Amino acid sequence: MTEAIAATARWQSCAIVEIATRTPSIKSFFLSLSETFKHAAGQHVDVRLTAPNGYNAMRSYSIASAPSDSRVIELAIERLPDGEVSPFFHDFAQVGDTIELRGPLGGHFLWPGSSSKPVLLIAAGSGVVPLMAMIRHRKASGDPVPVALSLSSRTWRDVLFRDELLELEMSLPDFALAVALTREPATRRTDFSRRIDARMVADVAARLPGSPGCALVCGSNAFVDIAVDAVLSLGLEAGAIKTERYGA
Amino acid sequence: MVTRGFTGRQSGSELSDRIPPGQHLVDNFPVLTAGPTPRIDPADWTFTLRVGPRPVKAWSWSEFNALPRTRMTRDIHCVTSWSKLNTAWEGVAVDDILADAGLTAPTPFALAHCYDGYSTNVPLADLATGKAMVALNYEGQPLPREHGGPGRLLVPHLYFWKSAKWVNGLQFTERNEPGFWELRGYHIYGDPWNEQRYTND
Ligand SMILES: Cc1cc2nc3c(=O)[nH]c(=O)nc-3n(C[C@H](O)[C@H](O)[C@H](O)COP(=O)(O)OP(=O)(O)OC[C@H]3O[C@@H](n4cnc5c(N)ncnc54)[C@H](O)[C@@H]3O)c2cc1C
Repeated sequence: MTEAIAATARWQSCAIVEIATRTPSIKSFFLSLSETFKHAAGQHVDVRLTAPNGYNAMRSYSIASAPSDSRVIELAIERLPDGEVSPFFHDFAQVGDTIELRGPLGGHFLWPGSSSKPVLLIAAGSGVVPLMAMIRHRKASGDPVPVALSLSSRTWRDVLFRDELLELEMSLPDFALAVALTREPATRRTDFSRRIDARMVADVAARLPGSPGCALVCGSNAFVDIAVDAVLSLGLEAGAIKTERYGA
Repeated sequence: MVTRGFTGRQSGSELSDRIPPGQHLVDNFPVLTAGPTPRIDPADWTFTLRVGPRPVKAWSWSEFNALPRTRMTRDIHCVTSWSKLNTAWEGVAVDDILADAGLTAPTPFALAHCYDGYSTNVPLADLATGKAMVALNYEGQPLPREHGGPGRLLVPHLYFWKSAKWVNGLQFTERNEPGFWELRGYHIYGDPWNEQRYTND
């Protein structure tokens, strides 16, 4: 289980090559690496912004792209109204700007790899970013491990990577998707119109062809705690549950 | 490299000499944990001191609470880049734990072990002489579960992953043995003032 990812992650300057509006509050930033690296699905980078007087601000962002696309990485950043770094990306950053980052970082919240039992993925909002890297990796690598994703969002428009996920639900074998909308009714029969709870997690896990061998949960701390309690009540051991908490 | 268009939320205050490089201030207390938040009933809680594999002494919750109390108000620094000033803690200094076990300086290094299987390594020099404690209270209240209650290690001068939550023992080791995050790409020592975030920083 121990991944000793000990290579030195140096700071590098990356050009923004594309910006895509994903939801009303989330944009994707495609960054062209000057020093190519190969990340593992689930890892993040640290981004550093520097003001003219030398003041800088650093934040972590998960990599949304699959490891197979190694020259350009995708970050999906949610705009927090009073934040320092995320509004900069949304309101000021433009294609052609350069951004400093280092990575890939984090050796725990990782795709479990092939030959494992079914995998249960649970996220809220921008928490789906590292899980998207895993789903894209599963597709690109042809890894046959079954995956179910439970994704909570406020409204249908807020579902990050929605169209791609809907397409994968149709085309990727053994991939189940359940969207949970918290602020409007869901229209698809397989989705939910409420906040996450133990019943919902059990329902989504039951869409897997066998009991999950592990669960990866990402989102705000409050969301992760509720989701993890639900996964524990499925009978998974604590050691089989990995969490990424964005902090607040 | 200056980032075009970025000015930032510069505090520019007299506090800036308390904020290590690459860190920013927060007023809240973010929670970052690699797995589920354990539930530990104080009635089932024990703290074990080991030298190598050998247990030297173990304390129950009530025995541990009868040890001398220490208070510390310190600035804390998380590797994810937030810093929080003037956090107030109360608990049992590592010096007093060692003294109660009749030990002074067993070995130069230690590993803190935790209920969730987490571990982290800290040199004895960073634990002793009043530098660290097992914290039981935060801001005058029992330490909340999400922040490591019933008890967490507090080594405030190192990045906060060294302040292991849900701690249940200290193991003294001859060599500096990497713990959970130290095996997963994070720095073996973790000094925020030297920005020792990741391996080889
Ligand atoms: C491993 C990891 C991976 C992550 N991946 C992603 C990702 O893929 N996508 C993503 O969007 N985010 C991700 N995050 C979160 C990200 O790192 C930032 O925390 C987030 O973008 C907010 O940063 P910010 O500078 O915009 O807000 P901050 O300035 O950090 O503020 C956060 C919130 O606190 C409030 N606040 C805090 N301090 C102050 C203050 N002094 N004054 C005013 N308001 C304050 C603000 O209102 C704001 O809403 C990740 C975090 C981690 C740890």
